[in-house]
Amino acid sequence: MLGWCCLAAPAQAAGPRVGQKAPVFAAHNLYGKPVTLNQFRGKVILLNFWATWCGPCRVELPRFDAWQARYSADGLQVLAISMDDNRDQARAMADRLHLHFPMLAGNSRLGAAYGGIFGLPVTYLIDRDGIVRKRVEGETNLDQLEVEVQKLLHEPHR
Amino acid sequence: MLINKAKCWMRMAAVGLAALCAGNQAWALQFGSAPVVSTTAIPQTGLISPEQLIAAMQKNRQEAPLVIQVGSRMMFDQGRIPAAVFAGPAVQPEGIDLLRNRVASLPRSKFIVIYCGCCPWSRCPNIGTAYQFLLGMGFKNLKALYLPNNFGMDWVAKGYKVEK
Repeated sequence: MLGWCCLAAPAQAAGPRVGQKAPVFAAHNLYGKPVTLNQFRGKVILLNFWATWCGPCRVELPRFDAWQARYSADGLQVLAISMDDNRDQARAMADRLHLHFPMLAGNSRLGAAYGGIFGLPVTYLIDRDGIVRKRVEGETNLDQLEVEVQKLLHEPHR
Repeated sequence: MLINKAKCWMRMAAVGLAALCAGNQAWALQFGSAPVVSTTAIPQTGLISPEQLIAAMQKNRQEAPLVIQVGSRMMFDQGRIPAAVFAGPAVQPEGIDLLRNRVASLPRSKFIVIYCGCCPWSRCPNIGTAYQFLLGMGFKNLKALYLPNNFGMDWVAKGYKVEK
């Protein structure tokens, strides 16, 4: 019993911690176009893992879209990674919500690179130097998160 | 086969109708997926904690539960409860089809534990849906793994064993 519970290392141990470099990745958007994290170097990145069946995600995405419009000139880039098994469903929802930031198709390898996405939503804030500054999992206070975004946008690029 | 399928949905709808979550219902209608049954449809006696599940899994093969994941394939592939089998999101028709096929030949007395952990418990569209569906199929020895936050926070981060 004890061995069964305690021998396994938590699967999240491999993910980036706050203060570490965000794992770079190359993915495709929901329409097949290649997108890499490096494309957005120098920007503050809000990296959100979501899925169509995730209730809190459906609340967050329109809010993130508003932030993208509001803070785009200040250097914010929202990237959303769908963890849906069915890309068509993700695309249908993205189309319906009229979101104005890249919507990427996720996979289990990308999830594992970010410590394992074992529940949604998960959001990373990455500063202009590519360092993870915050990881938020589950339902979160979006007002508070917006303040964190604003703080990062005011920090200079080192 | 089709008649059985229809009967099962009807029974499920009857049991779960009162528990339909308004937000999820709207979403289900919007995206053409299966009727969503809220987790509130699962009685307290239908829940099992991670600790209780671990204890149950130590029992001999006949008494140990069949553990079924009713969430996304992508999450299942990243890590799952050891020996768990995949059925897919119960909120989607293909998930329900797979779930039905997984259990169709089992005796209705079989101890089954379903889990998802995709989202906070009260927002999960899959677990209540799968629970009511299996009840509708006649499974009585059925439990839903209670993960209040999600599989990551309530299982993985607690150091319980994860199979990849």
